[in-house]
Amino acid sequence: MNIENIKSQFPIFKKKINGKPLVYLDSSNSSQKPMSVINRLNDFYKNEFSNIGRSIHSLSVNATNKYEETRVSIKNFINASSKDEIIFTKNATESINLVASTFGQQNIKKGDEILITELEHHSNYVPWNYLRESKGAVIKFAPINDDGDLIISEFEKLITSKTKIVAVTHLSNVTGTIVPVKEIIDIAHKKNIPVLVDGCQSAPHIKIDVKDLDCDFYAISCHKVYGPTGIGVLYGKKKWLEKLPPYIGGGGMIQEVKKDRISYAPLPEKYEAGTMPTAEVVAFNESIKFMQSIGIENLVNHERELTNYALEKLKTINSVKIIGNPKNKAGVISFTIKGVHPHDIATILDEDGVAIRAGHHCCQILHQRLNLTATARASFGIYNTKEDIDILCGAIENCRKVFDLK
Amino acid sequence: MDLKELYQDIIVEHGKSPRNFGKCNGHNHEAKGHNPLCGDQVQVYLKLNDNKKVENLTFEGSGCAISMASTSIMTELIKGKSSLSAKNIINAFLNMIKSGSELKTNDLNEDQKIKIMSLSGVKQYPMRVKCATLAWHTLISAIDGKKVEINTEVIDK
Repeated sequence: MNIENIKSQFPIFKKKINGKPLVYLDSSNSSQKPMSVINRLNDFYKNEFSNIGRSIHSLSVNATNKYEETRVSIKNFINASSKDEIIFTKNATESINLVASTFGQQNIKKGDEILITELEHHSNYVPWNYLRESKGAVIKFAPINDDGDLIISEFEKLITSKTKIVAVTHLSNVTGTIVPVKEIIDIAHKKNIPVLVDGCQSAPHIKIDVKDLDCDFYAISCHKVYGPTGIGVLYGKKKWLEKLPPYIGGGGMIQEVKKDRISYAPLPEKYEAGTMPTAEVVAFNESIKFMQSIGIENLVNHERELTNYALEKLKTINSVKIIGNPKNKAGVISFTIKGVHPHDIATILDEDGVAIRAGHHCCQILHQRLNLTATARASFGIYNTKEDIDILCGAIENCRKVFDLK
Repeated sequence: MDLKELYQDIIVEHGKSPRNFGKCNGHNHEAKGHNPLCGDQVQVYLKLNDNKKVENLTFEGSGCAISMASTSIMTELIKGKSSLSAKNIINAFLNMIKSGSELKTNDLNEDQKIKIMSLSGVKQYPMRVKCATLAWHTLISAIDGKKVEINTEVIDK
């Protein structure tokens, strides 16, 4: 696999930041886009644009077909049973909100418990908090150890007869922990509890097989998977999506509208009200093709090699501390430098063209657990090289110089 | 942009060893400030005497070098001023950082102006402006005896 060749497909890397080549280490936040995706958006608007579903004219038929082709590609990409289990949303956040709201409406009453973990991004906590506020649900947090690994035995203990749903991340956006979700799903299913997996971070970095996992819901953010912003995916088992009430109401999600009653469209339209981001969905098919052209295994191997290289190099720098040491880790490395606040690190690194993220990464619960207010985070994508890591380490040395660290 | 302009020696030095750190004895005003985006926290303790003069000014908190240095320098410059001059200096500082205008104040001597100007590099880094301004907004709140915590997401919109 030739990374330089892959990197050359991303036009952003022609850009200079503060006169330096861009070293983009913020893919956990959002990935850059290959030319094929950008071109597809452009082409669709230029030559094929029409709204989908509602019209009989040729353009609309074509647009509808292209939109549905992406749905099928996603179904195959995550190994779902049916394309009706693939719902397009605004983002993964909306995917989780959709489940929290509809599942909560139907299944949660006062005192019922929702089990999440200390690793969760705010988007897999705040939507459940609405049910705490509106229905008096109880939210429990399965603890992690100091390495950033979920303590499975403690997770198991927190399941009670009142637990109605489990919501857990597949991959931590802070520690890079790959959570053994299959094991968690097995445990929950033995007690007939459905599981939602937040796959925001995992979708671009590890192989996803929803059939093998047997998860009930899986949320994906397309802009992190080399795709356009404005779209997310909710995978849901058909039995759930058919049973749960609709979420957003409006055009496109109805079957029949009368003055005294409304019936709703079958899946997947039931959950896709109003005009959807058509061009973005169509272009996302190119993102999947891009991932497939590389091959998930190659991608995983490349990012693993990069992560190991980065960990080794960072460990040799005085005063750098890596956050967490999970058993199974993906290309997300959060760190601190003793004596330098993460925001200062980010500003100084940016001067060298190195884009990282600094802050709590939307994980205040996790930062509180680790007794940290903020961390710096370098996260990788398929386009990153060992040279990027070398530049990162050089920029960290520069940081140490500015602060005159010994 | 030049990093050296932002991280001048005086900023790095104040960031590492902030002056007037801790709770002061006999303070009769205090206020809290918080930047929820980055987690910076500051609490200022102010002793105003009967003539509305700042007899003592100290702070506690945690944050980046810019916020710690800005707060430290603020306490040095404001201590000993009347509450009226203190507010004039605060406004001059905030105008300099937020709208990039010249520092306009008759309440500081030349050495003090040089000190406060060391923070002016921040205006070239829009994402860092709130780091520098948090404590100054919090001090206004303390002088005015307001009970509400300063939140940069609300005041700096």
